[in-house]
Amino acid sequence: MSKFRVVHYINQYFGQIGGEEKANIPPSCKEGPVGPGMAFKAALGEEAEIVATIICGDSWFAENIDEAKATVVKMIAQHKPDLVITGPAFNAGRYGTACGAVAEAVSQELNVPVISGMYPENPGAEMFRRFALIVETGDNAAAMRKAVPAMGKLALKVLHGEPLGTPKEEGYISRGIRQNYFAEERGSKRSVNMLVAKLNGEEYHTEYPMPHFDRVEPNPAVADITKAKIALVTSGGIVPKGNPDHIESSSASKYGKYDIEGVTDLTPDTHQTAHGGYDPVYANKDADRVLPVDVLRELEKEGKIGSLHRYYYATVGNGTAVANAKRYAEEIAAELKSDGVDAVILTST
Amino acid sequence: MQLKLGQINITDIQFGSETKVEKGVLYVNKEQVLAAVADERLTNISLELAKPGESVRILPVKDVIEPRLKIEGNGGVFPGFINKVDMVGSGTTLVLRGAAVVTTGSIVGFQEGIIDMSGPGADYSPFSKLNNLVIVCEAPEGLSQHEHEAAVRMVGYKAAACLAEAAAEAKVDSWEEYRHLNLYEGMKKYPELPRVAYVYMLQTQGLLHDTYVYGVDAKKILPTLMSPTEMMDGAIVSGNCVSACDKNTTYHHLNNPIIKDLYERHGKDLNFVGVIITNENVTLADKQRSSNFTAKLADMLGLDGAIVSQEGFGNPDTDLIMNCTKLEKLGIKTVIVTDEYAGRDGASQSLADADPLADATVTGGNANEVITLPAMDKVIGNTKSADIIAGGFDGSLAKDGSITVEIQAITGATNELGFNTLTTREI
Repeated sequence: MSKFRVVHYINQYFGQIGGEEKANIPPSCKEGPVGPGMAFKAALGEEAEIVATIICGDSWFAENIDEAKATVVKMIAQHKPDLVITGPAFNAGRYGTACGAVAEAVSQELNVPVISGMYPENPGAEMFRRFALIVETGDNAAAMRKAVPAMGKLALKVLHGEPLGTPKEEGYISRGIRQNYFAEERGSKRSVNMLVAKLNGEEYHTEYPMPHFDRVEPNPAVADITKAKIALVTSGGIVPKGNPDHIESSSASKYGKYDIEGVTDLTPDTHQTAHGGYDPVYANKDADRVLPVDVLRELEKEGKIGSLHRYYYATVGNGTAVANAKRYAEEIAAELKSDGVDAVILTST
Repeated sequence: MQLKLGQINITDIQFGSETKVEKGVLYVNKEQVLAAVADERLTNISLELAKPGESVRILPVKDVIEPRLKIEGNGGVFPGFINKVDMVGSGTTLVLRGAAVVTTGSIVGFQEGIIDMSGPGADYSPFSKLNNLVIVCEAPEGLSQHEHEAAVRMVGYKAAACLAEAAAEAKVDSWEEYRHLNLYEGMKKYPELPRVAYVYMLQTQGLLHDTYVYGVDAKKILPTLMSPTEMMDGAIVSGNCVSACDKNTTYHHLNNPIIKDLYERHGKDLNFVGVIITNENVTLADKQRSSNFTAKLADMLGLDGAIVSQEGFGNPDTDLIMNCTKLEKLGIKTVIVTDEYAGRDGASQSLADADPLADATVTGGNANEVITLPAMDKVIGNTKSADIIAGGFDGSLAKDGSITVEIQAITGATNELGFNTLTTREI
């Protein structure tokens, strides 16, 4: 029996072309495995082989998304794959999005199954989970050793057409697809068990988590902005130089509160960004670009706003879980209220 | 209130010279049944048998009814239809367990469901496991659909009542006993247990979407209180079969599994105080009024918890969520039982309405899942219905007699009383 044919999609970094400075290279194709593809060779064993590797710069993909998808799919199609592997992208947002977009195009246009690997909070996972079996990985390349065998195992299972277990059993990120099966107990019994657990304050698992969108009604406009005390809050990671609280560059586990009493301008000597998800050069040169302290000081002087609050709050919004973000917001909002702040300017990146 | 149910196990059904039960076999005298069900509105009524494991398909199924006979206590089964409107739910009732009457007849364009007595479809319908007397009803042209529906509905109840007469002389295999205390007694007896009621939503959207309570069209009721034992005597009957997967047949109402499973925990983990029945009318004002009354009754009962079961989908999703959120806002811990329409690929949102307060949901499965039912040696009813039943589509019926449909078309497949083990998981 001939081996199953696999095509692998990776970015410029894993394609051994270069780092961020090479992120703008267009797609290219190499015969056989490259970079992590060598590890996949071992994981796929004798049954499947990587016949080609498509390499594309993350920036080029993001900036030319339609052309990128079309070009990559065409390159993939030429190699007549039985399965496509993208990544693993860990928690790299642009790379994950590219891996997901390739998966979408391949599954929709070529009807070929796709295996990928991502950290669950990678935006590419949420956006494209329907189109690939995305193995849950750690958040950086150190997790490669674990990710590759898991992805390879799942790939072989798919290639052999074996029945797939649940996300938990198989280690992939739920695709959000509802699948029927026969449970052990009838529904009425499950409902009574669930009710008794709920009444007793014990753990229970709803069988259909309700889709939930946290919609926030905007407050009425500030009545008199010239009297208002205004605070700045950002997810753009602007922190005092040296990042004293060690806020993580992605999946932040905390936020910081910083004094700007008497500060009229943020400079490269006083402030920087801790954010790892965007090009930091311009924010580091002038952090006012993300946290507009300078402009607000001017407005304050001109009497166009009442005052700028003494403290600003900052976290990193890069891959940060919604639940954490919500908790930070609740704590920050409570402090702002007790400090008599009338309005808040929220800035992102 | 106290009701004893005597179970007579039926393991086979055959035509015979006399309607009787002998060694687990239900013998059916054709002439006797035909005489009992005669209805001048219908042109022809014929009887067929369908047993588990046979290569038989029944469609389009209108109702399934379990034969029951009241031998002691107030009133008789199916009050308001077969018997007077005396209050039922106490005394002694006999059950022909394992047997059923199935009615079939083409009433309107879109009607259904399917019961396969073997093959993959048999895994999805509880009625594939029963010994069925199938009644095929034909109506003259020009008979209005409402008259036609009412006639076929009555045929089912009458046939079940006729078969149930055989129970009187039969040996009872086992007894079940259900007791319902009044509010005061219940509280006194179980002061420490959480007080739980069952909110029983009844489909009430018009022709082939109706339900009757003591003979009253449930569209016209305000939510009210009932004893769980009343259902066991046929106080609630079905007029309901469109999108057959999640419609409650009369059989389901007689054997409501939520009531049974609540009874199992009654006096141990909870105090089952009773049943609130409510409807699923089509206008917003009706939905608001009925959910308000449901919540008010729940509040008056001082409930700690409730299970709410839905019937149908789409429009009634709104009733379900209204009932659930209004109960939760009163501090009543609520579990809802529903099914899903997540698309054939399972990727769509499952319900038409949602609320974060509905945080404890049991699902009877995705009704859009597609299944191919192989051809059967014998079809009772009308195969041509396959293309136009809900869950069927153009070309559902293949030349070889196989049918490719959504499981929506199978009677009882995704029942929202939790009758089955079928459910859904996310992959």
